[in-house]
Amino acid sequence: MSSPEFSDGEAPAEKVTEVSGTGIPVRGNDIDTDQIIPARFMKVVTFDGLGQFSFFDQRFDDDDNEKDHPFNEEKYRGANVLVVNANFGCGSSREHAPQALMRWGIDAVVGESFAEIFAGNCLALGVPTVTADQEDIEALQDYVEANPDAEVDIDVAEETITYGDTVIDATVHDAQRKALVEGVWDTTALMGANEGAVRETARSLPYVPAEHIPGDEA
Amino acid sequence: MSEGTLYDKVWDRHKVTRLPTGQDQLFVGLHLVHEVTSPQAFGMLKERGQEVAFPKRTHATVDHIVPTGNRDRPYRDEAAESMMAELEENVRGSGIEFSDPDSGDQGIVHVIGPEQGLTQPGMTIVCGDSHTSTHGAFGALAFGIGTSQIRDVLATGCVAMEKQKVRKIEVTGELGEGVTAKDVILTIIGKLGTDGGVGHVYEYAGEAIEDLGMEGRMSICNMSIEGGARAGYVNPDETTYEWLKGTDAFADDPEKFERLKPYWESIRTDDDAEYDDVVTIDGSAIEPTVTWGTTPGQTAGITEPIPDPDDLPEEDRDTARRAQKHMRVEPGDTMEGYDIDVAFLGSCTNARLKDLREAAAFVEGREVDDDVRAMVVPGSQRVRDAAEAEGLDEVFKEAGFDWREPGCSMCLGMNDDQLVGDEASASSSNRNFVGRQGSKDGRTVLMSPIMVAAAAVTGEVTDVREMEEVATV
Repeated sequence: MSSPEFSDGEAPAEKVTEVSGTGIPVRGNDIDTDQIIPARFMKVVTFDGLGQFSFFDQRFDDDDNEKDHPFNEEKYRGANVLVVNANFGCGSSREHAPQALMRWGIDAVVGESFAEIFAGNCLALGVPTVTADQEDIEALQDYVEANPDAEVDIDVAEETITYGDTVIDATVHDAQRKALVEGVWDTTALMGANEGAVRETARSLPYVPAEHIPGDEA
Repeated sequence: MSEGTLYDKVWDRHKVTRLPTGQDQLFVGLHLVHEVTSPQAFGMLKERGQEVAFPKRTHATVDHIVPTGNRDRPYRDEAAESMMAELEENVRGSGIEFSDPDSGDQGIVHVIGPEQGLTQPGMTIVCGDSHTSTHGAFGALAFGIGTSQIRDVLATGCVAMEKQKVRKIEVTGELGEGVTAKDVILTIIGKLGTDGGVGHVYEYAGEAIEDLGMEGRMSICNMSIEGGARAGYVNPDETTYEWLKGTDAFADDPEKFERLKPYWESIRTDDDAEYDDVVTIDGSAIEPTVTWGTTPGQTAGITEPIPDPDDLPEEDRDTARRAQKHMRVEPGDTMEGYDIDVAFLGSCTNARLKDLREAAAFVEGREVDDDVRAMVVPGSQRVRDAAEAEGLDEVFKEAGFDWREPGCSMCLGMNDDQLVGDEASASSSNRNFVGRQGSKDGRTVLMSPIMVAAAAVTGEVTDVREMEEVATV
């Protein structure tokens, strides 16, 4: 998957119907976005270069020595399907978290459940957040650990995850699935097309004075 | 499906249209902007050659990286200086009002919105910050968004969202002495879990909530997100209206107040409203509550034992074991007596004037323990000025607290205010995640402002009710 091309506010046509590649498991419930990218790495005005700081404090000790973490393991190099457990991405709304993971090379995240803001941020980047039952996820994590070079296929449209001879029933949230499969996840362009209706809504709200609506100023 | 709740009504009033994705396009009544999550959004806007659609419905401040000590420009921290400069350029070029440090109005975004009257009932409010839920205390529908969504709002004045379920959380009875709004929300999250609110908006109701002032309601709504709920709200009432009357928006314009009041009344939840879910919590049974672990859901009343991970639901056990190892606590013990090195009174959860008053009333005539470094970081310049006018700064300083300039500070350690090594902090903030306060070995115990004050004085987590003269303001 490559970054979409934008032009003149038009929605990118890129459809994300499936993601295939090798997996990388990061185990544990309630992995918050402070762990995915510590706040000190957010003192930047672009998202460029954030990938290297993914899970930084889980990967390095105070003396910058590597700790045990899947993102440090050679066998997972090149993996693009992240497999996590429950409530992944909770806490801070920082889009820096999915941006860092995406720039590390992650194209899809599979897990038991996701925090909402995190899932929304992933969608804005065209990165599916796919859920499945705890048992299925744990089995997939075990499989990926034992077979780091094996392919994992996520079918976003059909809501399945396939690895080896196994097919897991997965869930991709309705709106997310539709947005990804139809390539309409650039909401700026989608909503920008409704400018007239937006102004009408603004005018109908008693707390929005006319001088706050561009074009309506007296 | 909920029906007739404030959430349903505010949603309907702001719905522009249904998008092809199945999401609704919602008009944003107020977009709050700060320096950390906005620069990339402004960048994306520029790349597309677009302008800010509703600059007058947008308001900016600087809080996350701003120093709380020496604020001379350029900031000593070059990264902070460049973020500040970027924000200045972005907002000034767009015609967005900016509560910057020279204005006297700067502060944490979730403190300044309510104090300036920007935050009003029946609005949709967004900000690139998960604690935007704070503004729900006024009966607004307020939630945090990511940077790509900030781009959406800047460019279109709208967000794309799916409607969620509404859970009413009814807190009955009266809160006991020494028990505050913070203890209520820590109890709620402890009970419902950090992901209990995913897919839900929380409506806080019941006698204990109605009895709270706006500051307490803000503390509760603020931490909705820690329970997984992206938004939480309290229906507007006389308490809300009294606060609004005193703000910039209405103080000199009583006519505007009267004009908008019928709208605020109209979006209140109907008596016969339907919820997806109702949870009742006995407010009179809530104790001063603290966290023992590394998520805001790992809480215990101050006299309650820390749970044995083996007794918890299976999915919580591993997290609990890791948390207890990190915090160095044992199941069966209580948190009372847990040694602390730092006392932090600040953050968008608890750094308003009332929080400072309560803590000051407690520390007056007492001294910070020799082994504790204690700091007060007011939520805004106005809070700081008002506190100084009452002499609260002197009370804190005499007791041994550091009295600082406003900002997010040690809540997330993006400036110099950080834990060092494995320091333990008694903190009035909202997150005890590993590494959150700036040191990956640091240990955070979340609690109310008066509990922070008590811990600062004794050097350990303390049941404020057992100290003499419990402060009530």
